[in-house]
Amino acid sequence: MVLSGTDKTNVKGIFSKISSHAEEYGAETLERMFITYPQTKTYFPHFDLHHGSAQIKAHGKKVANALIEAVNHIDDISGALSKLSDLHAQKLRVDPVNFKLLGQCFLVVVAIHHPSALTPEVHASLDKFLCAVSAVLTAKYR
Amino acid sequence: WTAEEKQLIASVWNKVNVEECGAEALARLLIVYPWTQRFFSSFGNLSSPTAILGNPKVRAHGRKVLTSFGEAVKNLDNIKTTYSKLSELHCEKLHVDPENFRLLGDILIIVLASHFARDFTPACQFAWQKLVGVVAHALARKYH
Repeated sequence: MVLSGTDKTNVKGIFSKISSHAEEYGAETLERMFITYPQTKTYFPHFDLHHGSAQIKAHGKKVANALIEAVNHIDDISGALSKLSDLHAQKLRVDPVNFKLLGQCFLVVVAIHHPSALTPEVHASLDKFLCAVSAVLTAKYR
Repeated sequence: WTAEEKQLIASVWNKVNVEECGAEALARLLIVYPWTQRFFSSFGNLSSPTAILGNPKVRAHGRKVLTSFGEAVKNLDNIKTTYSKLSELHCEKLHVDPENFRLLGDILIIVLASHFARDFTPACQFAWQKLVGVVAHALARKYH
């Protein structure tokens, strides 16, 4: 999956709208993921997963900032996320299927807060971008 | 299905404009996952997002699909039976890979989220994600 020039423009465009809400959207994405796909909670037995949890807020911020980092280096996502890729491969070992689930919840959050900005074309580009990020994070799994 | 899930599903469904949401969901499927266009070679112009969004056959078919979805909403405890014939149709005549049902289900969730905003609570999303999963499973059930 290759990001076209238009995809990159679309992704940068939508992220310019959401980056000021990064922490909020990151936390909401995680919360929705834990509620919608309860099996994802298995990766966080050490977390307080109640609504408003400080841990979810902090982790949501981390996830959102990683996505923003990828957007800021959209021509070299694998370079930008190389350390995160190592982390996921060696330590976290989150099953690849879960990245789609997180991506779905992120798209839902964007749809809720910026429905008019999430045109079908932007939706397509954003979905591609999230796939690209997932591919980088799982690239070193085996 | 818990009583709460049924209530959440119904409360969203009662406010859905089936024609609009159905058209939008199918159009987005064809735009976001362009390989799904393989099933619609008879639909005419699908050459761009604008063409797809304005295509009357896409709109009509989207409405048909979401209307059928309404049958699941009305028969939550009996979805397998409700979709038995449709499942055979999608396998034997339409030759649709069931993965496409999952893709359309996910797209529908995003369309609902964009229309209902905060009213599409996490609990709502859970119930609806469960529903689209059950529908996809029911449609795939008679495949052979």
